[in-house]
Amino acid sequence: MHELAITQSVVDTILERTENARVTAVHLVIGKVSGVVPDAVRFCFELVAAGSPVEGARLDIEEPAGRARCRACAAEFACDGLVVLCPCGSAEIDVLGGDELLIRSVEVE
Amino acid sequence: MCTTCGCGDPAGTRYTALRHDHSHDHSHGHHHPHDRGAGARTVPLEERVLARNDQLAAANRRLLAERGVHAVNLMSSPGSGKTTLLERTIRELGDSVPVAVVEGDQETLLDAERIRATGRPVVQINTGEGCHLDAAMLERGLRELDLAPRSLVFVENVGNLVCPALFDLGESTRVVVMSVTEGEDKPLKYPHMFRTADLVLLNKIDLLPHVEFDVARCAQQIRRINPGADVLHVSATRGAGLPEWCAWLRKRAITIYCEPEI
Repeated sequence: MHELAITQSVVDTILERTENARVTAVHLVIGKVSGVVPDAVRFCFELVAAGSPVEGARLDIEEPAGRARCRACAAEFACDGLVVLCPCGSAEIDVLGGDELLIRSVEVE
Repeated sequence: MCTTCGCGDPAGTRYTALRHDHSHDHSHGHHHPHDRGAGARTVPLEERVLARNDQLAAANRRLLAERGVHAVNLMSSPGSGKTTLLERTIRELGDSVPVAVVEGDQETLLDAERIRATGRPVVQINTGEGCHLDAAMLERGLRELDLAPRSLVFVENVGNLVCPALFDLGESTRVVVMSVTEGEDKPLKYPHMFRTADLVLLNKIDLLPHVEFDVARCAQQIRRINPGADVLHVSATRGAGLPEWCAWLRKRAITIYCEPEI
């Protein structure tokens, strides 16, 4: 779905930041509650990178787990999605982590 | 996935202002020379993938705030009644506030033509293969409209409960429209969309006697995802709840105008 647009942004950003150097590996961070599906990005990556200096690069995706804090009782807990309840029963939570969508680094020749 | 929903290259996006007789192409705007460096090395980037969209969204938000324009991003699945709701809302608001509309669809000018019939300025963004509007598209769309100061601009996003959730447009209000024909579990199935909504509008409320839809359960699901969201019931075809929806919009606009940082 939106992963094609997301992957296009990834490749465009890399091309800008690396001044079109030959890229051999790309390290992304896609959190478990980011709303982006890593497998879909993998599928799109080959397509989007074709014909650019990123073509053929290895794609490593780090998938940090979700972390949330309850606004009612301040407890922190792990979550795999956004449909979460604090053990105290409150649905009022702030997502502390796992929503990242980052280009961590690239390897260039 | 992409072959199903057709999300694609922004080069396919088309903009049509129905007040004018021309449309604009959108070119990619840059090329990629293939210079190669020497020696392998790791380059730390630490860059947010959506950084560029979010910068453009912030610029849209500043522009709208300078003019005191209240921008409302309307999101829903296809067929929930967004365009009918807009037609009725424009009639209900009458001359109390200048209204303009940005319509987002993959193809056709059909929705923009319906809005044009109300006499309000409208621009149609056809995303081609794209499954959502992004901040760059809205920026282009707003340029086509001559936005009146202290006006209300509705942005009807592409009908899709997944992709539009991730793309900030620079709007000040996010409204998710769902209809009673869709089933009350939508908020749990599409939490990203419902989590950032300021208001959930439950449409087609007149059909309740004919469908299996538990209003209380739906409200409970919304609260589980987004306890801060308001919920209103409307029937865009019959008019029920429209005065309350318009009152909500007015109240929201006052809140926004009184808070210059928004």
